Amino acid sequence: MTPGLLVRRRLANVLMLSLTGVCTALVLGVLFFILGYITYHGISALDWDFFTKLPKPVGEKGGGMANAIVGTVKLLALASLIGVPIGFLGGVYLSEYGRKNTLGFLMRYAADILNGIPSIVMGIFAYTIVVLPMGHFSTIAGGVALGIMMIPIAVRSTEEFLKLVPASIREAALALGLHEWKVVSFVVIPTAFRGIVTGIMLDLARVAGETAPLLFTAFSNRFWSRGWFEPTASLPVMIYTYAVAPYDDWHRQAWAAGMVLLMLVLGANILARLVLHRQLKG
Amino acid sequence: MAMFRRPGVSPADRLFRATVFTVAISVLLITGVIAFELVRNSRLPIEKFGWGFLWGTTWDPVAEQFGALPFLYGTLVSSGLALLIAVPVGLGVAIFLSELAPRWLSDPVTFLVELLAAIPSVIYGLVGIFVLVPLVRNVLEPFLSGALGFLPLFRGAPYGVGMLTAGLLLAMMVVPFVVSVSREILMAVPHSQREAVLSLGATQWEMVRIAVLPYARSGIMGSVFLALARALGETMAVTMVIGNRPEIRLSLFEPGYTMAAVIANEFTEATSDLYVQTLIEIGLVLFAVTILVNALARLLIYNVFTKVEVRE
Repeated sequence: MTPGLLVRRRLANVLMLSLTGVCTALVLGVLFFILGYITYHGISALDWDFFTKLPKPVGEKGGGMANAIVGTVKLLALASLIGVPIGFLGGVYLSEYGRKNTLGFLMRYAADILNGIPSIVMGIFAYTIVVLPMGHFSTIAGGVALGIMMIPIAVRSTEEFLKLVPASIREAALALGLHEWKVVSFVVIPTAFRGIVTGIMLDLARVAGETAPLLFTAFSNRFWSRGWFEPTASLPVMIYTYAVAPYDDWHRQAWAAGMVLLMLVLGANILARLVLHRQLKG
Repeated sequence: MAMFRRPGVSPADRLFRATVFTVAISVLLITGVIAFELVRNSRLPIEKFGWGFLWGTTWDPVAEQFGALPFLYGTLVSSGLALLIAVPVGLGVAIFLSELAPRWLSDPVTFLVELLAAIPSVIYGLVGIFVLVPLVRNVLEPFLSGALGFLPLFRGAPYGVGMLTAGLLLAMMVVPFVVSVSREILMAVPHSQREAVLSLGATQWEMVRIAVLPYARSGIMGSVFLALARALGETMAVTMVIGNRPEIRLSLFEPGYTMAAVIANEFTEATSDLYVQTLIEIGLVLFAVTILVNALARLLIYNVFTKVEVRE
């Protein structure tokens, strides 16, 4: 081998490997830039009014997003009411009865499809089954859209955590003469409980930031939304409306809302990962 | 007698089984109902325009003339552009994380990269409007038209909003998908592969190029399709920066429109049934395309992992 070739090979090695490092730095840079930029603009824009006041009419300064914060909480509560039971029990089915059979296979496939459906299409679906029959936009419709979006992740994460429970624990409980449903409900599920809850939290954090499915289901509202049958404001939709509008004061509030939403979503994410990390290690 | 009954299957057990079974079936049902509802609610345009809808280029709500080609084009080009940027970068990160970085660095960095995927789409849109658009308008587009202006792709007035910005923003959003799946795939490549090439005197990069990447090829393709499926269906961020104009223009500087964006923008403003149903039909097309791409992705990823199991 000529020395020149060796030098070239070494050079290519150093060059390409450093490039991978550069890529990593670039991606991390994007993350930190987004976090930093949102925090920087958000903090200066955030005030007490943001949490306590209603939006002001166009042209007037000030006001807040109290109704959107409450709206987001209501939407998430409704979404959990739909997504968690179905997702959780579906996961129990997959882990306890559906590991190898056809229904299990089909269900995993359906969950994958459901997970891959673009969120805007989920909005259309909720529109056709809730908004069209009711004749108007409502909190319920938005909750349905988000709830269905929660199902696939809840199913798959519940299944994964139940599968981690060793077969010996199930067998020990059965050997004591416990009925099947008692084994699952009082032995298997409690063992995997922390993981399941964490998975659902991650799921909730994911739909909390969804905007597209709410545009024509929960719609928006400049005022308080009473009950569940009126359109409601939500943080993500407010960010969108305020960001694309031409008013500086609205932009300021969009940053504030963006920071609050980002903190919520990333906070839940980081917390969930920490819990999982400890569970898998311990 | 109770003594001879099979233990473990009491009436309570049957009820329990029936409950979880019903829920399991309902997950299947929901998926089916979504497809059904989409088709049912786009009857009008399907009857009126037929397959021609897919290659019609006119979008005129006033005259009720609808063609989906500008949106198909916009979706494909913006997603393609995103992949063109996200795949090499994401692959670079995955190689760094699986081959170079020690465990104590690799795990937290992977976690951080995956956080990118957790940031809501509308937040990307916010940063897109106020940071990326001015940056593209004042820096990137003048530079590109200066350096590569002889290509029709980089001609025209620098608006800032348009295909290029949408592609860049999408690239940031899908990079974590490329990274996390590719990293898993690369780590699943057996050590014997690496050692064989290293023992022949290869450098570390040569090992990656000769032994690792070819072995992981189909899995990496899978991660690319997964990212593609995400990019195709991405709505808010794209809507906020692509310019929303239903025209097919070669230049990446020009505003465009995507399938998801037109639904997001025009749904609440659509006045006639035909208009609403046309938007739903666009949703149906998007639904079909993402299912196909996702299925392809899973097939490719699944293949790698089974291959590893068999050989080891």
